[in-house]
Amino acid sequence: MRVEPKKNKIEKHHLEDFVGRAYMSFCVLLLIVIIVSMVYFVASKGISTFTSGDVKITEFLFGTKWSPEGDAPSYGAFPFIAGSFLVTLIAALIASPLSICAALFMTEIVPGWGKKLLQPVIELLSGIPSVVYGFVGLSVIVPFLRNTFPGQGIGVAAGALVLSVMILPTITSVAADALASLPQNLKESSFALGATRWQTIARVILPTTFPAIMTGVVLGMARAFGEALAVQMVIGNAPFVPKSLFESASTLTSVITLSMGNTTMGSPQNNALWSMALVLMLMTFVFVLLVRMLERRNKI
Amino acid sequence: MQFRKTWVMALALTSVVALSACGSSNGGNNAATNNGGTNATATTAPTETSSGADLSGSILASGSTALQPLVEQVAEKFMETNKDVDIQVQGGGSGTGLTQVAEKQVDIGNSDVFAEEKLKDADAEKAKALVDHQVAVVAIAAVSHPDAGVDSLTKQQLVDIFTGKVTNWKEVGGKDQKIQIINRPSSSGTRATFEGFALGTKTEDLQGSIQEDSSGTVKKMIGETPGAIGYLALSYLDDSVKTLKYDGVEPSVDNVISGKYPVWAYEHMYTNGEPNEIVKAFLDYIMTPEVQTGDVVELGYIPASQMQVSRDVAGTVTKK
Repeated sequence: MRVEPKKNKIEKHHLEDFVGRAYMSFCVLLLIVIIVSMVYFVASKGISTFTSGDVKITEFLFGTKWSPEGDAPSYGAFPFIAGSFLVTLIAALIASPLSICAALFMTEIVPGWGKKLLQPVIELLSGIPSVVYGFVGLSVIVPFLRNTFPGQGIGVAAGALVLSVMILPTITSVAADALASLPQNLKESSFALGATRWQTIARVILPTTFPAIMTGVVLGMARAFGEALAVQMVIGNAPFVPKSLFESASTLTSVITLSMGNTTMGSPQNNALWSMALVLMLMTFVFVLLVRMLERRNKI
Repeated sequence: MQFRKTWVMALALTSVVALSACGSSNGGNNAATNNGGTNATATTAPTETSSGADLSGSILASGSTALQPLVEQVAEKFMETNKDVDIQVQGGGSGTGLTQVAEKQVDIGNSDVFAEEKLKDADAEKAKALVDHQVAVVAIAAVSHPDAGVDSLTKQQLVDIFTGKVTNWKEVGGKDQKIQIINRPSSSGTRATFEGFALGTKTEDLQGSIQEDSSGTVKKMIGETPGAIGYLALSYLDDSVKTLKYDGVEPSVDNVISGKYPVWAYEHMYTNGEPNEIVKAFLDYIMTPEVQTGDVVELGYIPASQMQVSRDVAGTVTKK
């Protein structure tokens, strides 16, 4: 009689343990299966462009003529790849200094009310839908560029400006976290040596947190590279490598969103769009790899 | 170590299962959608024929976003009178609609163009199985920025503008101002209609031209960009843009119906083979005078039933 309840207790314990572990394993396995199958799906569709013999991979990557509806269709995706990199780099160049300053302001200069005020405002930016960004870009940035610079306002510059606002929260929050987690004694030693706040920020804080801040920049660039709708609305979508920042251009994402629904599954043009999706996915891998490498450097 | 090994094994196994499931994704999707449909039928009414004349079941339609508002609105009305019918309308674009109806993933595929124009070459067989139901007509007019100073353009002038031969409004009788083309993406059905019936030729995208996908954005751009030219469906026209006559013909509903104005296209609802009872009832309902002179006109389309001319895939126009 005495032994049984004891035995039961152990069994219940084991059962809970087993259920918990089984549930977790199931979730993890499901997640991995989903990821693997998505990668497989995009890769198999993307590669079919080249295996079906419609397009050569070199023509796809380096060809500058995109005219899938033409009499002699050509599938050169280079203008889109160039456009994607161009807007992403310019957006990162604009957003990084702003974000790093905002992060420094929140953590080093006015940690009290500065953080309380600025952080929610910046986090708010990441909650705004991208179609709203696109519309604001179309209604505010494009007319401004049209009246100030040559060209029609629509183009690479407008796309990069819209994107730079969209990636501000990503870079700022990662940079702020990095700055906040900096060991206090580093700063205190610097102050003890008689350094001013600016000297401490410039010579101690920024160099030590540099890899972590770069992680934020790379994450922001990954976001910018994959953003579709807002850019599509303001960049103009002409399939050419732009000659100036104020000329219409395309990105990989904008071409995919413009054409995917209008083409039928399995047609060469549709396959070429999947190949672009594959290029986007591979680029995301590169960004993730970069972040991992930066994190590793950060630890040392 | 033993534990880790099992994990790796388990991972490898699930990946393999996932991959093999992917390999037959089309078939799998088909089955899933069809099952979904029949399940829904089963829950709304145990047997389809039990309730006599009353219809029951579900319809899934997808495709053209230009046609979507009409189908959605008519579906609402249809479901009000037929309580046991469930109609779902999805967008996705004409290409998506045609693909899905050809693969029997949906009951109706909405399209702005003839199936034969999208399903070509290897897919041509698929187009033959589809049955065309032309429910409405959409006419497209060339429009310009209000200050361009042009009232009417000839076919040749439009061709010259959209192929980049003419780049200034003064060359076609307007102001001394650079022409800015605001186009649709080359795969768009609206662009295919405009090129096919207004220009009579395909055009290449020009360096510096602008491509926008939604009619709302195109209208905004043309209204705000000095020297802009583009084209819009009649339902989108208002005072913010200047509607241009085509060879002197006003793009009006009456001119489209009588066949005087040539830049128009059907809105198609394709079924795979002859439609079943429920789908047929729904398609018949769209063609009733109530819907054709009501919802169709109200939403800015032109009733297909009133057209005095008809056109086939090859573009040949005949008097009815």
